[in-house]
Amino acid sequence: MAIKRRDFLKLTGLTLVGTAASAAVGDLLTRGEVKAQEYATPPEALKGKRWAMVIDVKKCKEGQKKGCGKKCIEVCHYLHNVPSIPDKKKEIKWIWEDEFEHAFPEQTDEYLEEIFKDVPFMLLCNQCDNPPCVRVCPTKATFKREDGIVMMDFHRCIGCRFCMAACPYGSRSFNWFDPRKYLKKVNPEYPTRTKGVVEKCLFCYERLAQGKLPACVEACPEKALIFGDLADENSEVSKILKERVALRRKAELGTGPAVFYLID
Amino acid sequence: MIEKALKGSKKYWLWVLFLLSIIFIGFLCYLYQFKVGLGITGMSRDVSWGFYIANFTFLVGVAAGAVMIVLPYYWHNYKEYGKITVLGEFLAVAAVTMCLLFVVVDLGKIMRVFNVLRFPTPNSVMFYDVIVLNGYLLLNLICGWTVLHSEYKGTKYPSWLKPIIYLAIVWAPSIHIVTAFLYQGLPGRHFWLTAVMAPRFLASAFSAGPALVLVAALLLKKVANFDPGKKAIDSLAKTVAYAFIINVLLFIFELFTAFYSGIHSHQAPIKYLFVGLEGHAEWVPFMWIATILAIVGILLLVIPSTRKNETTLVLACIAVFISCWIDKGIGLITGGYTPTPFETITPYRPTLPEIGITLGVWAVGFLIMTILYKIVLEVKSSKELVVKYEGVLYKK
Repeated sequence: MAIKRRDFLKLTGLTLVGTAASAAVGDLLTRGEVKAQEYATPPEALKGKRWAMVIDVKKCKEGQKKGCGKKCIEVCHYLHNVPSIPDKKKEIKWIWEDEFEHAFPEQTDEYLEEIFKDVPFMLLCNQCDNPPCVRVCPTKATFKREDGIVMMDFHRCIGCRFCMAACPYGSRSFNWFDPRKYLKKVNPEYPTRTKGVVEKCLFCYERLAQGKLPACVEACPEKALIFGDLADENSEVSKILKERVALRRKAELGTGPAVFYLID
Repeated sequence: MIEKALKGSKKYWLWVLFLLSIIFIGFLCYLYQFKVGLGITGMSRDVSWGFYIANFTFLVGVAAGAVMIVLPYYWHNYKEYGKITVLGEFLAVAAVTMCLLFVVVDLGKIMRVFNVLRFPTPNSVMFYDVIVLNGYLLLNLICGWTVLHSEYKGTKYPSWLKPIIYLAIVWAPSIHIVTAFLYQGLPGRHFWLTAVMAPRFLASAFSAGPALVLVAALLLKKVANFDPGKKAIDSLAKTVAYAFIINVLLFIFELFTAFYSGIHSHQAPIKYLFVGLEGHAEWVPFMWIATILAIVGILLLVIPSTRKNETTLVLACIAVFISCWIDKGIGLITGGYTPTPFETITPYRPTLPEIGITLGVWAVGFLIMTILYKIVLEVKSSKELVVKYEGVLYKK
């Protein structure tokens, strides 16, 4: 015996109302939000307590002589979607080359200038122990991680540029325009930025999480950039710094830079 | 009381229309900046704060300076300031509003501005600046408005207001001390890293703020028949004189420390501002204009005959105001960023749209000031007994 049209409609209506109601109750309980999973470091990640970088400037010079083409800059800027803006005043850079007298203005004298005349100094964020940028940020958009990396949340930054005033190293860049217009090739693996936020080198936190070394370190054919954990006595960086003479930029300011320049 | 601002002479409406048209131009410039980005300004990677923050810093001073009138009146019962106290409070309201607008137009991501409240960060001086500035705005609005409303009703202001008035007085210096702390605690900016920054900010505030009130009061006397009282003007002129001399002295102390110590990095920004450095002299003429205005202002204020003459007094106050604006506005900001952390020089010059937005914000401030002052004048004149006898006005 076939179901009556009237009963069929009743049943359908009831089912619909029931479905909607259960969905609504479910939504009410979770408030429509999907619960985020707590962050856990992936097992393959490189783990460290105080990441640092040692830069051998002499090796860097040799590499440039052999024609390395400053691979470190090229690879970093491609991987992180750093735009190349022709106007120097509005440019964005995460790692770049400068002269000794600009990297160490307070140490300059004519003899040192002569010694380091053609020596390239690769500059990047110093990932300070005591970072002034983190101290001044009014939204915690820039913060220090447990492994020493000074991080940046591009989505929280309000673009007040207080961090740029506080950074004594000129390591921070601001997106004065929409940066996407200046990207020749976009790396879909890494977010692009929007106009109005500050950015800088983040020590390749995303690569460390995958168990890889920072892009610039990997790209250097001369192995002039060395990356490792200062808290580990047996790491390569710790061993080198015990044996050779290294400078840190403006160490007298008490910021505790984690980027060292080997000068001997 | 607000209805008092809706009725006025042709001149009043022309002035309001003039301000509105400047605000409109500024707003159009801001829409352009909002669309394209802060790249339309003259700011750069090396000079990352410019005209907006310069004006912000100066106007915090103007706002705090109003306390130089409010304090003697309420604290020392200095009756002469009775007529201009509310002018001081409303000046603070206009100035703080401009400050907040200057910060807002300087943000790269304005729609995220409430992140400052969503993620309060007590280690940032900006966090405290937001609190003290908004607090000061509210306090002055409450105090000024309530007192004026009581006068309108012909009663004394309610007793609950007294502690709020005292709080507003104590609060005033805090806005400028905290603003100085934005700068003076940053490592590696030689021009800003000085303990004298906060006292110097206060001294310049206590001269520029009262100077503006003085000019406004004398202007109102001319165009609106408002009598601030001779003694009040004379006392205020002395305040401007003392505070401005202290401001200049503190600057000379800075010069001594930089040049006697011989520390190159402390001298470089001062040299850049006043004589030029490595072929760059973008702000040298401005700094010398400020210097000349400072000398002229001090002379006119110190000599009794020119201080007591209203014309020369107004000139002196304008000189002081502009001198402070150049020194604590643009000089402070460009000096802080020059030389750069690499000891190089990146020149900064504001662009036209940047100046347009700046003028627009100033016009908003003047509009607020106009409306509030208009209400004050109407309320005060409605309480006066005016008799016309044989064509001559007699006022009690």
